Amino acid sequence: MNIDSIQNGVVLDHIQAGRSMEVYKYLHLDELDCPVAIIKNAKSNRMGKKDIIKIDSPMEVDLDVLGYIDPNITVNIIRDGVRVEKKHLALPEKLVNVIHCRNPRCITAAEPQLDAIFLLSDPDRRAYRCAYCDAEKQR
Amino acid sequence: MAKRNLIDITDLTTGEIDELIATAEDIIADPAKYAHACDGRQLATLFFEPSTRTRLSFESAMLALGGKALGFSSADSSSTAKGETVVDTVHTVSCYADIIAMRHPKEGAPFAAAQRSEVPIINAGDGGHNHPTQTLTDLLTIHREKGSLDGFTIGFCGDLKFGRTVHSLTSALSRQSGIRFVFISPEELKLPDYLRTGVLDRHGLPYAETDSLEAAMPELDVLYMTRVQKERFFNEADYVRLKDTYVLTPEKLLPAKSDLTILHPLPRVNEISVAVDDDPRAAYFRQVRNGKYIRMALILKLLDIRV
Repeated sequence: MNIDSIQNGVVLDHIQAGRSMEVYKYLHLDELDCPVAIIKNAKSNRMGKKDIIKIDSPMEVDLDVLGYIDPNITVNIIRDGVRVEKKHLALPEKLVNVIHCRNPRCITAAEPQLDAIFLLSDPDRRAYRCAYCDAEKQR
Repeated sequence: MAKRNLIDITDLTTGEIDELIATAEDIIADPAKYAHACDGRQLATLFFEPSTRTRLSFESAMLALGGKALGFSSADSSSTAKGETVVDTVHTVSCYADIIAMRHPKEGAPFAAAQRSEVPIINAGDGGHNHPTQTLTDLLTIHREKGSLDGFTIGFCGDLKFGRTVHSLTSALSRQSGIRFVFISPEELKLPDYLRTGVLDRHGLPYAETDSLEAAMPELDVLYMTRVQKERFFNEADYVRLKDTYVLTPEKLLPAKSDLTILHPLPRVNEISVAVDDDPRAAYFRQVRNGKYIRMALILKLLDIRV
């Protein structure tokens, strides 16, 4: 299968196979006007299978969102057909308006205009806690 | 000085808690010395949920420091009834007062309020989540009764799921040394997972869980009784089924240690028989009195007033 290489844009590589649509949703890629290629189950020496997303337009990628979804994703910045930067991710310490608290007793459930803030509580389990009520969200 | 809030008991270091206890002890020894410490200062008590003890304790504390108190005691008598957000209400009041104590039924409301308040916010209880000034009260009481905050076995009994005082005190004691925890509750009201795994397991602290108060009693140095709170249940049938699970009576205290300290954040319904009140080990009314002194110490600290 051939996917044209991109000239100026972003390639999200090493996405765990099957998770590309989740990345697509969290980054709101459906709102982009440029070509976006989602490659599922591509062959990977390291991972066996992986997903890749190619975005054919320069854009600021929310690294916190990506780091939350999967810190193993790599972000490649392409300019004039050449990779000029490769970013590695980490689990973000703080997430703002990425995930939302499901505790019906939390103030954010009653007053949804508040920022949804989650803090990393246990990196080993990739667990986050709501900064307001301490309810846990685990990936 | 940067604005300090007290939202969660862990906002204070153990050293700061020791200082607060020392100040409270000094206030108890010489209240006249503090009688004008807050002259010209105002405390706002914003109680979006009913309270007797906590609100009056805050107001009494501020009055004893020479300051003044204003506020409301139910959401119906504030602009919340018109749909104002908690953040806007607190932001507004922070233009009038020097410090705010707030209680709200929703968990995390004081944290939200503190983001926009111009003055220190004290969490006076947020739903079933936290109640740090009750914890300071509990710590002062334990310190006065036991002489130390280290090296004892404490049993928490009753509603450990929604009991915010239990959550805050457990967090606070997890930072002390030599504490063993015994959690006594029915299955439905067990300690939340975020405390069991996030605090106790994570720090390797010794604890046991049981549904039998009788079995736990002989090993306890401190017994912290709680009320099953009707207002925390969505389903009244569950409340009715669980509310009378534990009732402390003189008979149940027979196997207890002679120097046991019995605490309760109050109000009680029937979980401690009135016959226990005359037992010298019953410290819950001394605990109420201590609440005023530790809140005086806290107000002084957050307003950065030294006497």
